[in-house]
Amino acid sequence: MMILSGDPPRSRVLSALLLLIVVALAAAPFLFPGAKALNVATKICIFAALVASYDLLLGYTGTVSFAHTMFYGIGSYAIAIALYGMGPSWAAVATGLVVGLPLAALLALAIGLFSLRVQAIFFAMITLAVASAFLVLASQLSWLTGGEDGRSFQLPELLRPGTVFVKNLFGIAITGRTLTYYMIFIASAAMILGLLRIVNSPFGRVLQAIRENRFRAEALGYRTVFHLTWANCIAALVAAGAGVLNALWLRYAGPDTSLSFSIMLDILLMVVIGGMGTIYGALIGAVIFILAQNYLQALMGAASSAAADAGLPLLPGLLHPDRWLLWLGLLFIASVYFFPTGVVGRLRGASRG
Amino acid sequence: MTDTALDDTLPQPPRDIIPVLLPIVLAAIMLPLIGSTSSWVTLTVASLAMGMMIFIMASGLTLVFGLMDVLNFGHGAFIAVGAYVATLVLGPLAGWIQADALWTNLAALAPAVLLAMAVSGALGLVFERVLILPVYGNHLKQILITMGGLIVAEQALYALWGPAQIPMPLPAALRGSFIIGDIAIAKYRVLAMVVGLVVFVATLLVLNRTKIGLLIRAGVENREMVEALGYRIRRLFLGVFMVGSALAGLGGVMWGLYREQIHASMGADLMVLIFIVVIIGGLGSVSGCFIGAILVAMVANYGGFLVPKLALVSNILLMVVILMWRPRGLYAVTNR
Repeated sequence: MMILSGDPPRSRVLSALLLLIVVALAAAPFLFPGAKALNVATKICIFAALVASYDLLLGYTGTVSFAHTMFYGIGSYAIAIALYGMGPSWAAVATGLVVGLPLAALLALAIGLFSLRVQAIFFAMITLAVASAFLVLASQLSWLTGGEDGRSFQLPELLRPGTVFVKNLFGIAITGRTLTYYMIFIASAAMILGLLRIVNSPFGRVLQAIRENRFRAEALGYRTVFHLTWANCIAALVAAGAGVLNALWLRYAGPDTSLSFSIMLDILLMVVIGGMGTIYGALIGAVIFILAQNYLQALMGAASSAAADAGLPLLPGLLHPDRWLLWLGLLFIASVYFFPTGVVGRLRGASRG
Repeated sequence: MTDTALDDTLPQPPRDIIPVLLPIVLAAIMLPLIGSTSSWVTLTVASLAMGMMIFIMASGLTLVFGLMDVLNFGHGAFIAVGAYVATLVLGPLAGWIQADALWTNLAALAPAVLLAMAVSGALGLVFERVLILPVYGNHLKQILITMGGLIVAEQALYALWGPAQIPMPLPAALRGSFIIGDIAIAKYRVLAMVVGLVVFVATLLVLNRTKIGLLIRAGVENREMVEALGYRIRRLFLGVFMVGSALAGLGGVMWGLYREQIHASMGADLMVLIFIVVIIGGLGSVSGCFIGAILVAMVANYGGFLVPKLALVSNILLMVVILMWRPRGLYAVTNR
């Protein structure tokens, strides 16, 4: 229980589900060999950490921020620019971390101090504006960021796919790619457990108090701006960490993979579908969303062409694989209405009642 | 009770004119910096026209927030839908658009604009009834659910019209410029300024000089009281929401003509600009929104001319400066 910080899943189904996911992810290189499956597993790990950090903001403090991809992008770009500029060495990785993470935290501090003070409802709008300005900057400062093309780079020797450690373990070759995967898996797990620890600490309780009633929390003597700013900084740090992992896996950082507004929407959808205010929900949401993103689209494509063959009007367009966001949007609206606590809240409620 | 009686009995707060002076002072400062009078006039007219169009799109959002305390992140959907619907009329009437006679052009534009406003207004009705009605009083859910509405609307536009950009040609008689001495003023910009001013003055007049405006303002102050007096404030606010949506549709058509092309994600793209304007103006203030829109457009145009690199983030800088000075925006209306 220590590792779960005294906040167990509180539902048998949920525990079983989480255990299944963690075991599947831990054994992913052996259970699901193949490049695509491993990509999906990595994406789940990275997004689970990213979504958990967003949940710290949205679920635990009730602030809607649209600048979360900005921090994610800072992490990605920091590591990418460092490895691109200094060559594939561990010193470059360290430089990227030492520059990127504090930069994200400082920016979060600035935004937090500036806009949390202003008006709660301004925060969503201001972060949206700041994030879009950052996206423009990243795609315009091409001497630094590579513009729209982004930056590709080489990894240190140890992490390269070409580096083979064991030729044949249960029929699978253990390469630098496997090592990178496990590094990402462990780092993501550490970040999620860290967040779980934070939300169940006295600090996390104050955040929930602020979410429920800011005036009352203030009247109790808590410096709410201080707490909110800290939460903002922690969330930004974890998001930047996830960005670093993402860049390391892709060996690339660019506006579309790390900064774009559609990633922000994905994060929002994952938090709401998984369950706001439950760090476990991040993992569930990420699994559902990313599996759907990678495997549902093929299904939609098949349905779309079937509808086109049958000569139905409108349906081929609506079922086109590129329109999957339409259906996710509808699912999103439905889940805000009908199960605002997400999958995790549902499962917990079911086991209690 | 007439307005004059109100004026006699109620103490008037002193008029706050510093924000009004801001754009004027900004324009005056820019004159020596730019150097040439003709480019200054061109830039100023461009700023005013762009500002008026942004105002038309943003006014609905700020009204809805000020009156109903609803933060509609889906406002951009009305803009895009308005622009797309207008092409339904303008497409078949392409001949009238190409004709070099102002009246023929307007005969094609008028039904397009009316249809765009009607459809985006109707979409506003659907939005309010289906999406927002169950989440009144909960900002977090409002933001999430209207965001979802924006996604669905944008994707529906993609599904119906396809992902390509659609050209939206400017009517022939509105192309080109008036030439006065060595100053060139684009004709369409003059039209945009006129429409924007009409919308602004009409909004102010309705809010301040009519019984409906009186009821709206009273409803904002104390909703239960107005309901107790027997007025159906819900229906009134629904009307305000629809008008706001229709204005967004009008703004979408005008912006599409200005850019001469439209795209399904134009609404989401413009949302950032609109939010900046609404924040600068002070949430809920129509006059603040008007000044904010002009300021944003001025900074974008002058900035783009003087320091092109800086222009990309000039809006954010403007917002930061204004909020440092007045944390609640130029005119703080609501107590929320």
